[in-house]
Amino acid sequence: MKTKRSLSRDRLKRIALKTIFTTIISVLAITMITPFIWMLSASMKLPLDVMKLPIEWIPKYFYPDNYMKVWNIGGKSARNYHFGLAYWNSIKIAVINLCGSVLTSTLAGYAFAKIKFRGRDILFLLYLATMMIPSQVTLIPKFVMFNSMGITGTHLTLILPGLITITGTFLMRQYFMQIPDELRESARVDGANEFLIWSRIMVPIAKPNMASLAMVVFLWNWNSYLEPLVFLSDWRLYTIPIALTNFIEESVTEYNLIMAAASSALIPAFLVFLLGQKFLVRGLVAGAVKG
Amino acid sequence: MKFKLSRQARIDLTGYAFILPNIIGVCLFTLFPMIFSLITSFTDWDYTKGLGNWNFIGLSNFIDMWTDEWFTSSLTNTMMFAVGVVPITIFLALVLSVLIDKYCVAKLPIRLALFIPYISNIVAVAIVWVMMYSPWGPFTQLVKVLGVEDPPQWLGSTTWALPALMLMTVWSGVGYANLIYTAAIQGLPQDVYEAADIDGAGEITKFFKLTIHFLSPTTFFLVITTFITSFQIFAPIQIMTRGGPGTATNVLVYYIYTSAFTFYRMGYASAMSWILFIILFAITIIQWYGQKKWVNY
Repeated sequence: MKTKRSLSRDRLKRIALKTIFTTIISVLAITMITPFIWMLSASMKLPLDVMKLPIEWIPKYFYPDNYMKVWNIGGKSARNYHFGLAYWNSIKIAVINLCGSVLTSTLAGYAFAKIKFRGRDILFLLYLATMMIPSQVTLIPKFVMFNSMGITGTHLTLILPGLITITGTFLMRQYFMQIPDELRESARVDGANEFLIWSRIMVPIAKPNMASLAMVVFLWNWNSYLEPLVFLSDWRLYTIPIALTNFIEESVTEYNLIMAAASSALIPAFLVFLLGQKFLVRGLVAGAVKG
Repeated sequence: MKFKLSRQARIDLTGYAFILPNIIGVCLFTLFPMIFSLITSFTDWDYTKGLGNWNFIGLSNFIDMWTDEWFTSSLTNTMMFAVGVVPITIFLALVLSVLIDKYCVAKLPIRLALFIPYISNIVAVAIVWVMMYSPWGPFTQLVKVLGVEDPPQWLGSTTWALPALMLMTVWSGVGYANLIYTAAIQGLPQDVYEAADIDGAGEITKFFKLTIHFLSPTTFFLVITTFITSFQIFAPIQIMTRGGPGTATNVLVYYIYTSAFTFYRMGYASAMSWILFIILFAITIIQWYGQKKWVNY
């Protein structure tokens, strides 16, 4: 039997452990975001202050002009980096691909889970097998194909393949598998056809999952690098990652500007992902737990 | 003319209509490119000579690459990179997720802080880390504070460039693994832990005897996915080191990229991309069979 005294000792021990670990892990968590804190601080500095030692975490002189230069506001910059245009391109592609792939994945995921058409299971197996193919294998043929289609250097090279995702179809299928058949059967009895069942019953209940998939697809598109690097050549069409690399090539020594550009690329995306973190986390975890 | 489809035929038609966009997409952007890539991997195709202007050279690409120092070094580097990154990332994430779940207050902000690097644009992250590793950057300064008087030029040193990239990759991947573990921890069977409490098992015993055991399917999943993603590392290399200094950080995907799009050796690059596929496939298969030994469902 535990006495009252040892119980309170247990509690004390727990509180002590909690304090110690929370402190240690918080320090670690802060270390994890140090690069971003430093980036923000450097983006506000005068060029030479970036390299000053010891590091000034809070700049002595705030110099928000860096951002004005990067974004070409108020004509302060010697040249225009067209950052706004890159932002628009990235958003455009990500949103189109998000809408397209959520739609196609929800359609196909539903069919693979619920409609008993002939050849379904073998087709799905083949479909899963293509997930094993690394994107580097298909990159060169796609480059050649887009060239002969005459769409190299346009956004279609990123949008057309981005309208479907195999992972997304897989996730949606896993979701629809759990939905009881009775729901579908009762609608059939009422005379609804398959498309009506899909659009009126299945899509509404799958909305949270579609939102999760949308967040994940947005993340992939927003951060995609190799494909736009290979397929885009005109600066007017650059996405954020490509515009950034281009930016550092052009302003090698202006570290404060580079950091302002990096911050500009990161911070709005952070906000989007933090606002949607519930859905994003669900989408990322869904693939793992079922897989 | 009016004819009636059988019930099954109608179901087939509806089913295929639903998956049509996906099938077209997969055929056009995965299946067809796959076949094309397989064909070109047996040719000496130079892109500048134009489409179809190639000679079939059998397995030459697949044989010659093993005497190509750039290729063999890229393979060793990629291997070393993955073998370093995978266990560290997963071990860190496992320990962190258990500790956070058990002992931390303010769990959500901590998890988010760990997770932020994962969702960050890799190009921006790579640029920030170039600065981190510069002589006046915070990382070098931290190492100095820790007592190293003359820290190396991390990215400019043949010894340190690859470990520096590994550190950055662990940093950006640990949040994802932590997230997956956290989700798995929520599903741990509480009754088993209560039984262990009654038997007087300590926290450390419970971690090694129970938690690791119950989380093994998650570990298995993470080992495969982390291995695959670290084997395909490209953007940080392209931005931070360009494969250098020398061949110190020349990795497989970077070499495939330069072969194809700098030197236009499409045949050779295709062959190497198939080697990449074979390695990833083999590793998945090995781990799949190996899991039977150590994964407990």
